[in-house]
Amino acid sequence: MITVNRYVCGYCGACVGVCPVCALELVEAWLEVSDGCIECGRCVKLCPTGALSLEEAQG
Amino acid sequence: MRCDVVVVGAGPGGSMAAKTAAERGLKVVLMEKRQEIGDPVRCAEGVSKSRLSSMIKPDPRWIAAEVKGARLYAPDGSSIVMSEDKSGDEVGYVLERKIFDRALAMDAARAGAKVMVKTRALDLIRTDGAVKGVRAMRYGEVIDIEADVVIGADGVESKVGRWAGIDTSLKPGDIEVCAQFLLYDKNIDNEYCEFFLGNELAPGGYVWSFPKGEHLANVGLGVIGSRSEPGAPVKLLRRFVEKRMPEARIVEMVVGGVPVSGPIERTIADGVMLVGDAARQSDPITGGGILNAMEAGIIAGEVVSEAVSSGDTGVEGLMAYEKRWRESIGKQIARHLDLKEFFIRLSDEDLNNLMHSIQSEDVSKMDLRGMLRVLIRLNPKMLWELRHLVM
Ligand SMILES: Cc1cc2nc3c(=O)[nH]c(=O)nc-3n(C[C@H](O)[C@H](O)[C@H](O)COP(=O)(O)OP(=O)(O)OC[C@H]3O[C@@H](n4cnc5c(N)ncnc54)[C@H](O)[C@@H]3O)c2cc1C
Ligand code: SF4
Ligand code: SF4
Repeated sequence: MITVNRYVCGYCGACVGVCPVCALELVEAWLEVSDGCIECGRCVKLCPTGALSLEEAQG
Repeated sequence: MRCDVVVVGAGPGGSMAAKTAAERGLKVVLMEKRQEIGDPVRCAEGVSKSRLSSMIKPDPRWIAAEVKGARLYAPDGSSIVMSEDKSGDEVGYVLERKIFDRALAMDAARAGAKVMVKTRALDLIRTDGAVKGVRAMRYGEVIDIEADVVIGADGVESKVGRWAGIDTSLKPGDIEVCAQFLLYDKNIDNEYCEFFLGNELAPGGYVWSFPKGEHLANVGLGVIGSRSEPGAPVKLLRRFVEKRMPEARIVEMVVGGVPVSGPIERTIADGVMLVGDAARQSDPITGGGILNAMEAGIIAGEVVSEAVSSGDTGVEGLMAYEKRWRESIGKQIARHLDLKEFFIRLSDEDLNNLMHSIQSEDVSKMDLRGMLRVLIRLNPKMLWELRHLVM
């Protein structure tokens, strides 16, 4: 599961442009992650601020 | 709501497209998802004076500074100076984009376009498979805006192309991920842009310093995505500033991504055109995209008005856009893509050697291509594979 640290995110949209399945959406200063995420990790690697992380889904 | 053309995104590309189409009598809607056009900024704000002036009359309200030229530093600190008129596309004016982007949108409004802020495109509307406009969220409500043509000028995050079946998603090697500070430092040279090369400083990218007057500057860097890691641009920038400008006062922070993939295969579909960063028209070497977006926007506005009046808004009717932008800005983008692919492989030692080889030459009057020609003459072995770029 992709999690966004909203205290760190600089709402630049770089992650949105690299997501291969359009699972991300930036609404002003709010990054939304949809169910379509395939957990490829590309957005995590490319985030300039390090706001994203890929974590094991709980339970 | 019904119009002839709906433009998604009020950056420089979208505003120029909307303005051009509206001036030609089309009914145009320009939608922007943000509530404030141009803010937050994701840009170092440098543009060539002459090229900008060929498209719009410069206004002191959106020019932060004018520079005389650029200084280029190799990893070992050796440098060369290029004069303003020939330093390529990225120096001349340093803009105030918060004001600039809004001024361009206002020009579109003055030309007759309806500007809608806080309006986010959600998807394309189709009737019998054909694109017939955009579904959008405006102040929390879903609305349909019907149009014959949709222009996607939605920047690095672009989705319009993908909705139309054009895959514009960027792979890690297709994007420079960037961080920038606007800072005050008394040692900033107000008259020169500076570029620092080096794999330690910015892997597969460079550090820039663009003055904004009174010892303020945009100091930032880009890292090629394939060699980046989470948070790397911000960490590298902090390291650079702490080391080289220990007394700097940081007053603003910017992060962002610049497409450096070079031209995508197709920028049109039935009833759809892509402009600017959405069409990946930014320069793969410099990362500059404002002027290319504006030029593509003007071409798109001209072509769409012809297409709407002739009644052919399918791929055939829009083909002139594809042809015209590839003939103008497309050639340079393609050449610079080859250069980028080569330069990101160079070691710091290669970069130092290249800089040393050219130091005894007078580069002050050369453009990038002229400089490349000299570099190839002086370093034939290293640069052999680039010779086709200067023929
Ligand atoms: C750090 C950095 C430094 C840069 N430095 C320079 C430089 O010095 N010189 C230069 O020329 N270029 C520079 N660039 C590149 C330049 O900023 C872009 O190329 C340029 O802004 C592209 O213009 P555009 O109109 O295509 O898109 P943008 O300016 O990105 O505008 C796109 C607009 O579309 C909106 N949008 C997106 N999705 C939707 C939606 N679904 N609905 C409605 N609206 C939407 C966005 O909010 C945005 O306002 C830099 C970029 C970065 C990140
Ligand atoms: S790339 Fe990082 S900083 Fe930029 S919008 Fe995505 S999560 Fe936020
Ligand atoms: S992990 Fe991959 S699929 Fe999921 S949001 Fe990030 S880029 Fe998109």
